[in-house]
Amino acid sequence: MAYQITAGGELYRFADLKTLMAKATPPRSGDYLAGVAAASAAENIAAKMCLADVPLKTFLSEALIPYEEDEVTRLIIDGHDAQAFAPVSHMTVGSFREWLLSPAANAVTLAALAPGLTPEMVAATSKLMRNQDLILAARKCRIVTRFRNTIGLEGTMAVRLQPNHPSDDRMGIAASIVDGLLYGCGDAVIGINPASDSVPVLTGLVEMLAEIIARYEIPTQSCVLTHVTTSIAMAEKGVPVDLVFQSIAGTEKTNASFGISLATLREGYEAGLALKRGTVGDNVMYFETGQGSALSADAHHGVDQQTCEARAYAVARAFKPLLVNTVVGFIGPEYLYDGKQIIRAGLEDHFCGKLLGVPMGCDICYTNHAEADQDDMDTLLTLLGAAGVNFIMGIPGADDVMLGYQSTSFHDQLYVREVLGLKRAPEFRDWLNRMQVTDDTGHLLPQTAGQSLLRIAS
Amino acid sequence: MTEDTKSADIVTLDPWEALRRHTDASIALGRVGASLPTSQVLRFSYAHATARDAVHIPFDKEALRAGLSDLGLMNIPVSSQAESRQTYLSRPDLGRRLKPEDVDRLKALGSEPCDIAIVVADGLSSTAIAANAVPFIADLLPLFASEGLSVGPIAVVENGRVAIGDEIGVALQARLVLMLIGERPGLSSVDSLGAYLTYGPRPGLSDADRNCISNIRDAGLKLPLAAAKAFWLIREALKRRLTGVDLKEEQQAALPES
Repeated sequence: MAYQITAGGELYRFADLKTLMAKATPPRSGDYLAGVAAASAAENIAAKMCLADVPLKTFLSEALIPYEEDEVTRLIIDGHDAQAFAPVSHMTVGSFREWLLSPAANAVTLAALAPGLTPEMVAATSKLMRNQDLILAARKCRIVTRFRNTIGLEGTMAVRLQPNHPSDDRMGIAASIVDGLLYGCGDAVIGINPASDSVPVLTGLVEMLAEIIARYEIPTQSCVLTHVTTSIAMAEKGVPVDLVFQSIAGTEKTNASFGISLATLREGYEAGLALKRGTVGDNVMYFETGQGSALSADAHHGVDQQTCEARAYAVARAFKPLLVNTVVGFIGPEYLYDGKQIIRAGLEDHFCGKLLGVPMGCDICYTNHAEADQDDMDTLLTLLGAAGVNFIMGIPGADDVMLGYQSTSFHDQLYVREVLGLKRAPEFRDWLNRMQVTDDTGHLLPQTAGQSLLRIAS
Repeated sequence: MTEDTKSADIVTLDPWEALRRHTDASIALGRVGASLPTSQVLRFSYAHATARDAVHIPFDKEALRAGLSDLGLMNIPVSSQAESRQTYLSRPDLGRRLKPEDVDRLKALGSEPCDIAIVVADGLSSTAIAANAVPFIADLLPLFASEGLSVGPIAVVENGRVAIGDEIGVALQARLVLMLIGERPGLSSVDSLGAYLTYGPRPGLSDADRNCISNIRDAGLKLPLAAAKAFWLIREALKRRLTGVDLKEEQQAALPES
């Protein structure tokens, strides 16, 4: 079905819903690269005006990617909860934005609504929202998950301790773990991106993390971020895998380029559950996503990158993850050109994930060929802190020496806690206090050579 | 009050500096309250500036060509369809295609079919190419000679991405393309060279059809070891007539460090 609107005496026509969505998206390099972006600034705003009048119901009957061709579309449509959707089923995209910003939308009503929303509905709504709207609405959502601690409680923010090393050197990794723990990081997960894909090396890393967590009774979980099939193979051999990791995307074809399908993820989820390693909950999955992955795999079906990204969250929520992380600036300037585009994308992803009921965190990051720097990361960190992000990354000095990009540091999380009063996951907060890493108020204590955690790297 | 005592009063030092010997990661930086000491803020900014410069430093093709000529290698400069650095960064599709006239120039060389076409592209770090490309090729040549493998003319590509090697391989009638390209610079590694192997080059191949050796630099995967790995993979690729996910490196972690 075609869409049209008259603005400023000019008639704007859009061939179909996905074209309208793409042209309504705030400008970003990936949509230009795909050839789906608005041709002018005026067309961009006209598309937003036109999109504002589209009934939310339309997204249930007009699939952007055909039902027959894509299992993610089938997951979205077949899994839609009409009863949960009922309270907003009469709204347009524009009036849904208003409802989200009104007092009627709160943690309780949003939690009840989430199964009734599709990624296309929330992506469309995000395209009409200013940055402050994305922050305000996301802040109302409360997505709480548990494995060995409780993540996502109001007023808290967790940190993934990311101790990567370019050759997976155990002492090198241990040194970064010590640094991170003594800066109060690691409640989201201690998660290593391995350089190797050799199963013996990966097994060694999983065992090393399990041993550290057990010996010091750290109320947190570990993850070695390798392909889901490798984690399944390790789990079947009894290797102590806590979280099962996988990169996911919003189209079947993109997921196929990652070597996965929904069935593979289901298998990974069941393998993780079967190990029963969680103590306070059974959210066993850790997913990563990022705008641009579908275009990069030539699998976007003419759908804009932000909508493709929101569809990835529908994949995620089917497996009750502990953590979902949009690695927002990692993909490079072909998809998000500069700090402005990265900041916008980070806020959109967080908003869309939260509305869909997904425990969103963000790898607030950039590469050295993007037009961005640490100032842009400070801005996005502060905004996401205000928006109630579930977790961020903690990397020594913000420099990942294995992946060659910059993210947020152990110091950065201290900054945002200081400015916004954000606390750690309660179990982890108590542990830090017991270990004399922090005082009763959560502030770091000066350390001495007698600190027992230093023995992790000896 | 002296500078030292002033700093000691304000900066909380981390008593695990000794752990720095295990990693290049920026650990034990110390802090002022929640924040970085001034010296660390500036150290980071300088590293970022250096990495940014590595992306934008112009590619000195003539210096590279002189180095290749010294090795006795015929070479030819070509360009991708990305006319500027800015276009290169925002349009990966253009960086994968040769200018049409350069395709003709490669064909006009009239060179014999060869086993291996070596392609050198600036990629995201001309610094990596300037530092490592010629010495790496110099390490490879005797290995190729030992197996009697022929090497075609070397294409030197400005604003090139990995897949541009496929088109060049076709034009030079090569059985296999070895693409050497400057990798995305990190803060602690601005001079990393990547080597991509593609058997049976032709347009339309994907990353799943290639093998990659990454982080080739003095402070990473040292050049002689990288050359030995590349040579092993090339020999196997030519024997098994494939590269990509079905060709896994099986040789034992190779040469002694010296």
